[in-house]
Amino acid sequence: MPDGSTGQFVRISGLKRYFDVSAPWLVRMIESRPRQIVQAVDGIDIEIAKGETFSLVGESGCGKSTVARLVVGLYPPTAGTIEFDGNDMAGRHSRADMAALRRRMQMIFQDPYASLNPRWRVFDIIAEPIRAFGLSTDKADLQKRVEDLLRQVKLTPADGRKFPHEFSGGQRQRVSIARALASQPEFLVCDEPTSALDVSVQAQILNLMVDLQRRFGLTYLFISHNLAVVYHISTRVGVMYLGRLVEVAPTETLFTRPKHPYTRMLLDTIPDLDMTGRQRAPVGGEVPSPINPPSGCTFHPRCPFANDRCKAERPMPIAIEGGTVACHAIEEGRLPVEERTYVANS
Amino acid sequence: MASPSNNPPLLEVKNLRVEFPTRRGTLLAVDDVSFDIAPGEVLGVVGESGAGKSLTGNAIIGLLEPPGRIAGGEIRLEGRRIDNLPYEEMRKVRGARIGAIFQDPLTSLNPLYSIGRQLIETIQTHLPLSAAEARTRALDLLKEVGIPGAETRIDHYPHQFSGGMRQRVVIALALCAGPRLIVADEPTTALDVSIQAQIIALLKRLCREHGTAVMLVTHDMGVIAETADRVAVMYAGRIAEVGPVRDVVKHAKHPYTKGLMGSIPSLGVRTERLTQIDGAMPRLTEIPKGCAFNPRCTERGARCLVERPDLMAAGTSRAACWLHDRGGVGAPILKETVDA
Repeated sequence: MPDGSTGQFVRISGLKRYFDVSAPWLVRMIESRPRQIVQAVDGIDIEIAKGETFSLVGESGCGKSTVARLVVGLYPPTAGTIEFDGNDMAGRHSRADMAALRRRMQMIFQDPYASLNPRWRVFDIIAEPIRAFGLSTDKADLQKRVEDLLRQVKLTPADGRKFPHEFSGGQRQRVSIARALASQPEFLVCDEPTSALDVSVQAQILNLMVDLQRRFGLTYLFISHNLAVVYHISTRVGVMYLGRLVEVAPTETLFTRPKHPYTRMLLDTIPDLDMTGRQRAPVGGEVPSPINPPSGCTFHPRCPFANDRCKAERPMPIAIEGGTVACHAIEEGRLPVEERTYVANS
Repeated sequence: MASPSNNPPLLEVKNLRVEFPTRRGTLLAVDDVSFDIAPGEVLGVVGESGAGKSLTGNAIIGLLEPPGRIAGGEIRLEGRRIDNLPYEEMRKVRGARIGAIFQDPLTSLNPLYSIGRQLIETIQTHLPLSAAEARTRALDLLKEVGIPGAETRIDHYPHQFSGGMRQRVVIALALCAGPRLIVADEPTTALDVSIQAQIIALLKRLCREHGTAVMLVTHDMGVIAETADRVAVMYAGRIAEVGPVRDVVKHAKHPYTKGLMGSIPSLGVRTERLTQIDGAMPRLTEIPKGCAFNPRCTERGARCLVERPDLMAAGTSRAACWLHDRGGVGAPILKETVDA
């Protein structure tokens, strides 16, 4: 395989995924209705370096989970490429090569209740990737590996004999993490791993993820709608709106000097727990349907800075302060970039 | 209790106990909970899943699901006892005097009726208005909760609304008869952050304008910090701490509240690790002796293992923790000796 020249671990370019949600053919013919296509992901570029945590944030329906599923190959992309450590995932690979690539990336899902087979014991759930990739043929070795994994996620080897229903939500998420780590992956895609959990349990899981990252040098693609969690865990953040990336920036920059109007709006909506007296400005409007997204910049109907160009022409990402932003107002200098204090001065 | 006698509280809950009889014995899900809400006040009730916060709310609106039942204590609304009312009597109180908002706006609306019909039905059940007057009131309510194009939207069905708009309709429904108290159970949990902010602003404005008191049940401390005047923190069926929201958030008195506040990722300080409370909340069948929080507490003493603390004064708040008693927590204990 040719090695990637940029040295980026994961490279996503021009990624698109459309879903056909049309009515059945006969209904369409009789009622002369057009096809309906949801543009869930509409051309995004992401580069993730080894060992970093790249987060995608956005509201429901913005396509962030679809990106996660595309990256691990649960959906084939409509267009665009995904390169993993220099290998094009859509390229021609032998079965064995593909399996070897697949082993190196794993996924953690949002709902720990739905992502574990209720009829399997936890031992078998965690042992499955080891067996499937043929990483261990010896029974004693398998036993030892599963026990180590259980200890790494702060469960006990005795928990392996239990069924998923005997665990709480947080413990189940630990089992999911142990299963994801079983094939010794380098890249973990985490789709809202803590949003089904209580805050104190969320803190436990986030701390565990940070510990594991340091220990095994993992790279994370972290999907979340919770900006405070993202602020805490990420190296870089990408903000998605209606299937497009509107802004990518290093975490500190994004939270102190947000550029895109949508990013600013999202940051304004974070509840003010520090009681700084910051006024939370509720924004009007809602996310439009991705079936008929607005023309030009998809954010223009809710944007206070939109003009005619925003309505007609789709903004392209421009590089700024170590990140990118797709906004005409920023590009033309109509919207000044200013220091914002979302971060309490403590 | 805390409020002066010349200004009676709107809602008074005293020593409320909710239990679930099961084959393996009776589970006490809400254990000796007392609080009151003044007219126009927003009381936040926060806690992790299973802490008993929703059950407390359901007990107040008289919608406990059997076999759950109120086993003790009393609930008074405007001085009148409501926890032992017959079903039909309670139906009149619910809706007219107490409004309810639930988490999922889609399941609280009937999918087969237009929202106008549902609003008019509720209004006519509780107020002596003609159909035309009720429709006018329904329209006014829809405008008040910020539904654009209320005149046409009133004849639409729930599925034609987005999540945020549906929650507005549910709020309008709760307001139909001009209730004195609204019990809102996780009203923003199912919504996106930007919509969440809109709904919170709406609730706050309505309470201010109508002088309606709100009991806001949620697990989201951020929502409470923005909306509530006072907050009660629940743990394992009891109130661990109650006080003005600012004091509880900034200067928590109970070790559980401290841990809970620390575990919320904040935009303030970017730390390597969040504070975490080890372990998990006990199951109802395994509530430990003494203080229910003692196995997870970092500041416990010998007294916490045997004696159960009641709410006691701790600065401006009240906390159920021996740290704030003159007697203290008792002799320090080594972790190893207890875990063994």
